[in-house]
Amino acid sequence: MPHDHSHPHNKPLSDVELRVKALESVLTEKKLIDPEAIDLIVETYETKIGPRNGARVVAKAWTDPAYKARLLSDATAAISELGFSGVQGEDMVVVENTEAVHNIVVCTLCSCYPWPTLGLPPVWYKAAPYRAKVVKDPRGVLEEFGVSLPDETEIRIWDSNAELRYLVLPKRPDGTDDMSEAQLAEIVTRDAMIGTDVLAAH
Amino acid sequence: MNSIHDLGGMDGLGPINPAKDEPCFKDDWERRMFGLFVSCFAGGHYNVDEFRHAIERMDPAHYLETSYYEHWLASLETLLTEKGVVTREELVARKKHIAMEDA
Repeated sequence: MPHDHSHPHNKPLSDVELRVKALESVLTEKKLIDPEAIDLIVETYETKIGPRNGARVVAKAWTDPAYKARLLSDATAAISELGFSGVQGEDMVVVENTEAVHNIVVCTLCSCYPWPTLGLPPVWYKAAPYRAKVVKDPRGVLEEFGVSLPDETEIRIWDSNAELRYLVLPKRPDGTDDMSEAQLAEIVTRDAMIGTDVLAAH
Repeated sequence: MNSIHDLGGMDGLGPINPAKDEPCFKDDWERRMFGLFVSCFAGGHYNVDEFRHAIERMDPAHYLETSYYEHWLASLETLLTEKGVVTREELVARKKHIAMEDA
């Protein structure tokens, strides 16, 4: 078995590191996986798939009313028009923020998240405090993200699951009338598409 | 089934502490774990519901004190041994071997 000496030898491997290496090694030996394919998968998610994809969907919806209508009626198809589809994005629903309604996405049971449009979820999305609190005290959660909404805004929480993933269409900020679609895509944040951010006026 | 993973509405779990910028993976083992999950999923060894169910079968205390990708590791070990793809003995023996080489 090849021994990879790329790691510094000042600290022994942890139990978890050893278990992952053992699993990869046994599966490779049985030819059930290919370590080079794993390198490629990891590189793809680290460099190619991320919230910039979702930002392009949002910017197009802000500038193209016909696209927005398609996005809100069949999000999976409209998102795949831009080439974003695949694992963990098989069934998408887009919910629109308006003056009256603010949407927030969570997965209380696990960490379901729309990978093709947002990439892999941030640590806080997967951790217990957010999953527990957002369904009970969404305004308290928004406060932790530095966001406050008018009292009369209705807040809707969407609980994702293994089959169905949500993406928030944020409200287009004031003062952006002159911006191009590409410029608009630059100002859309990941958290705005989860619903824990509100985009500031320009 | 209602268990520790069913966190919606639970009080007292502390602040969310969202990080401004964080890497996609914080350790190399998380990268490998992610790739293993996708590869084995693509290989048809389980579906997403089975994968989640195996996480939900974790010991509740262990579930709360371990990180996200450690949940994935536990789930993959459970499913692949239950389905006879690998055996516990193979994994334990290989782990010992790698630890010895690392020493």
